[in-house]
Amino acid sequence: MKLTLKIWRQKNPKAKGNFETYIMDNVSPKMAFLEMLDALNKRLVEEHKDPVAFDHDCREGICGSCGMYINGHPHGPVPAITTCSLSMRYFKDGDTIWVEPWRAKPFPVIKDLIVDRSAFDKIQIAGGFISVNTGAAPEANSILIQKKKSDDAFDSAICIGCGACVAACKNASAMLFVSAKISQFALLPQGRVEARERVRAMVEKMDELGFGNCSNTGACEAECPKEIKLVNIARLNREYYKAF
Amino acid sequence: MEKLISKIPDGPLATKWTKYKASVKLVNPANKKKLEIIVIGTGLSGAGASSALGELGYSVKTFCYQDSPRRAHSVAAQGGINAAKNYQNDGDSTYRLFYDMIKGGDFRAREANVYRAAEVSNQVIDHYTALGVPFARDYGGTLDTRSFGGVQVSRTFYSKGQTGQQCLLGVYSSLNRQIKKGNVTMYPRREMLDLVLVDGKARGIIARNLLTGEIERHAAHAVVLATGGYGTIYFLSTLAVNSNASAAWKAHKKGAFFANPSFVQIHPTCVPQLNEFQSKLTLMSESLRNDGRVWVPKTKGDSRPANDIPEEERDYFLERRYPAFGNLVPRDVASRATKERCDAGFGIGDTGLAVNLDFRDSIKKQGKKAIENKYGNLFDMYKTITGIDSYEEPMRIYPAGHYTMGGLWVDYELMTTIPGLYAIGESNFSDHGANRLGASSLMQASGDGYFILPNTISNYLADEIRVPKISTNKPEFAEAEKTVIERLNKFISIKGRQTAASFHKRLGKIMWDYCGMVRNEEGLKKAQVLINVLREEFWKDLNIPGEYTELNQELEKAGRVADYFELAELLVTDALDRNESCGAHFREEYQTPEGEALRNDEKFAYVAAWEYTGEGKPHILHKEELKFEEVEMKVRSYK
Repeated sequence: MKLTLKIWRQKNPKAKGNFETYIMDNVSPKMAFLEMLDALNKRLVEEHKDPVAFDHDCREGICGSCGMYINGHPHGPVPAITTCSLSMRYFKDGDTIWVEPWRAKPFPVIKDLIVDRSAFDKIQIAGGFISVNTGAAPEANSILIQKKKSDDAFDSAICIGCGACVAACKNASAMLFVSAKISQFALLPQGRVEARERVRAMVEKMDELGFGNCSNTGACEAECPKEIKLVNIARLNREYYKAF
Repeated sequence: MEKLISKIPDGPLATKWTKYKASVKLVNPANKKKLEIIVIGTGLSGAGASSALGELGYSVKTFCYQDSPRRAHSVAAQGGINAAKNYQNDGDSTYRLFYDMIKGGDFRAREANVYRAAEVSNQVIDHYTALGVPFARDYGGTLDTRSFGGVQVSRTFYSKGQTGQQCLLGVYSSLNRQIKKGNVTMYPRREMLDLVLVDGKARGIIARNLLTGEIERHAAHAVVLATGGYGTIYFLSTLAVNSNASAAWKAHKKGAFFANPSFVQIHPTCVPQLNEFQSKLTLMSESLRNDGRVWVPKTKGDSRPANDIPEEERDYFLERRYPAFGNLVPRDVASRATKERCDAGFGIGDTGLAVNLDFRDSIKKQGKKAIENKYGNLFDMYKTITGIDSYEEPMRIYPAGHYTMGGLWVDYELMTTIPGLYAIGESNFSDHGANRLGASSLMQASGDGYFILPNTISNYLADEIRVPKISTNKPEFAEAEKTVIERLNKFISIKGRQTAASFHKRLGKIMWDYCGMVRNEEGLKKAQVLINVLREEFWKDLNIPGEYTELNQELEKAGRVADYFELAELLVTDALDRNESCGAHFREEYQTPEGEALRNDEKFAYVAAWEYTGEGKPHILHKEELKFEEVEMKVRSYK
C-alpha cells in the first residue's frame, strides 16, 4: 500500500505545532499501525531527521501507554482497540491518514504525539485505593462477594488509563475514567468502607485539575478501547450525592 | 569462592522463614523515617515493596521509565497467580506448591527461597483481595481457581485473562496511598543509568529524566532493583518493547553477580510472527491449555483448513508424548515439542512455524458461553491481531521468548553481592530454577515486594541508623554522572547510518537461532563470534539523532541495546559452560533417547554466579552448590 501520513509535529510544550506530510510506500496490511510508524522513524533517522515521538510499550493493548488521534478517532477508526492493536489491514492503498496527539487542556502536549497524562495519577492518588496495610488482610474467602457484583467490578476495573475518554470528550471530561475506579470499589464490600471519602476526594481533584463537566454525550463510551460503560458515570453521580 | 554466602537460616525447611522473622534485626519507627530507600521499577514487586516500605514508615523514592507506575509490564500477565490455599480440596499445600516449583525448575533453584515463596503465597491472595482486586468468583461468592501447566491441582487465582493488570492496579493503588501520605515520592519517566557505590555499599543512582534529558543524582541508604527480566534480548518477545536489562546490568558491572543468565523461558503459546517489521509477539495465556488441545496434521504439508482435517489424521502430540499431563505440560517441554514437530515438517501455515491450539472439543462439551467466560478477552485479542475467530477455527501458535529465570544473584535476604543492593521479582534469579511454572511469576513478584523484602531489609538498615542522609555531592556521584554523560555523548557522536533498533533486531536473531529453545556447542561458539562482530559494527555505525539533553527515544534504545550486547555474550558463555540440559536450557548434546532433557546433577547442581571483572575481560564463575535437604533430585517426568 502507498499511504500519505499527516502527522502532528510539535517540538516542545511551548512550540507551535503543525502537520507534516510523509509518504509511505510498501506498507504491508499485516503490519500494526505502530510498526508502520517504526518504519517511518527508521527512515527519518537514516535521513538524519527528527523521528516522531510517541508513547508505547506493551504493544498488546493493556498498558495504556499508546494513544493518538487517527483520522478523527482516539486509537483510530476501529472500535474497542488501542492504537497498538490497530492493524494496517483496515486501511487501503492511497489513503491519507491524519495522526494527532490527545487534545485536552489537562493533557498538555510534551512533544509530537506524547502528552502529559499525570493528571490521571493525581486523581488516583487523591483516593483511588482501599486503605489496608500489608499483612492486615483477612482470609480471602472470609469476604463473600456475589459473582455478579464481582464480575461487574471487574468490568469497571479493566480501564487502562489511556485517556481516550478525555480526548474524545468535547468538554475534556474525565468522568468515565473516574467513574470506572469509583464503580469498581463501590461494588465491592471492601471498598464500601471509604466510599464517601473516596468519591469526594477524587471528584474534587478531577475538578481542580481542569477536566470539564459531563454532558452525557457518550463520546467517551463510544471511543473507549476497553468498552467501559456509561452506567459507571451514573453510579459515580449516585455515589457522589450519597457522600454528602 | 567464599564470596557467595546464601544466608539460609538453619533448621527444618518449614520453619526457616518463621524463625528468620523472629530473629531479624528491626528498626524502630522513629529511625525508619530517617532512612531512605530507592526502588527502581513499579511492577508487582517494585510497587509492592514501595507500598510496604512506605507503610512501615521508611522514606521511599520510587522510579519507573513509563509515564505512570500503572504501566509496568506486570500489567500484561494474563493467566493467573498461584497460591497454596487448597480451596478445591484437591490435595494442595505449601509443600506441594514448593515441590511443584522445585521440580518444575528442574532442581536448579534454592530450596529455602522456593519454600518461602510458596509460604507467603496465601497472604498475597488475601492482600490483593482486601485491596479490591476482582478475582474470579464462584456463585457462592468464594474465589475460583483454575489449573496451570506442570501441576495436577487447581491453585491459580485469576481475573479472566487480565490477572496481571488487576494485580498491578492493586499494587498501584497501594502505592498511591503511600504517595498521598508522603511516604513515597514517585519519579516517573526516569531511567536508571548507573548505580552509585560509596565505600562499597549501594548508596544511590544516576537517572536520566526521559522528558528533559536532565541527568539526576539520587541518594539513599539502600537501593532495590525491581526491574524485571531481559526477554527482549531476543528482540521479538512477549515483553513490552521498552523492557530492558540496563539497570540490572549496570549493577552487575558495579559488582553484583549475575546468576544463571542462560535460563530463559520460551513460552509455547504465542501468536506467530506475521511480518518482517514486527516489533513484538503476543502471548496467548497458558490457561488456554486447560481447554485447548495442541495438534498438527499427521501428514507433512497437509494444507487443508484445520476443520477439514478429520480426527484420525490429527496428531495431538503433547497428549501423545505426555499422557499424564497432556496439554498441561510445563512451558519448556511444550515449546520444545512444538519446535520438534515444526522442524520435522509438520508445522502449519505459510511459514510452517505454527501449530493448532484447538477449542472445538471444549466448546462442544461446555458450550461457547463457558469458554467465552473463561477466555473471552484472549479470543478477542487473538482476533484483533490475526482476524481469525477461534470459536470457529483453531488458534495458530508458536513459541516466543517470555521470561528470564536468570537474574541478579541474591541471598536469602534478597540482597545481591553488593551490600545494600537488593533485587526482587523477575530481576533476581532465585525461585524458578531452570524453568518457571505458569502463574508463579505474579506470585513470586508480589511475595518478594510485599512480604519478603520489607522484612529482610531491616536486617541491613538496622546497622545504618547512624548514617546521616547521604549527600549527592560526594565524589562517587560526580564520577558516576561523568561516566554516564560520556557514554551518552559517545552514542551520539558515532553518527553512523543504522538505527539502534536495527542492531537490536539482528542481535535478537542471533540469540534466537543459537541460544533459544535448543542450543549446542557449535552454535553457541558461532554466536559468540557473531555477537562480537555485530557489537563492533554497532559502535562504528550507530546513528542517534539529537542530543542527550532532550527527549530522545532513539538514545534510550541505544543504551539498552549496548547493554544487551554485553549481556548476550554472558548469556552464551553461561549456556556453553553448562554442559547439561535442564529445564529451559536444552543442550542437544545432552538428551535422553526420547529427546528429553538430561541433567547432570553430579557436576551441575549449582547456581552459576558470574562476576564482572572489567571491560573486555572474561567473567569469573562462582558456584553456589545447591543442597537439597528436603527433596530428592529425580528425573523430571511428565509422562
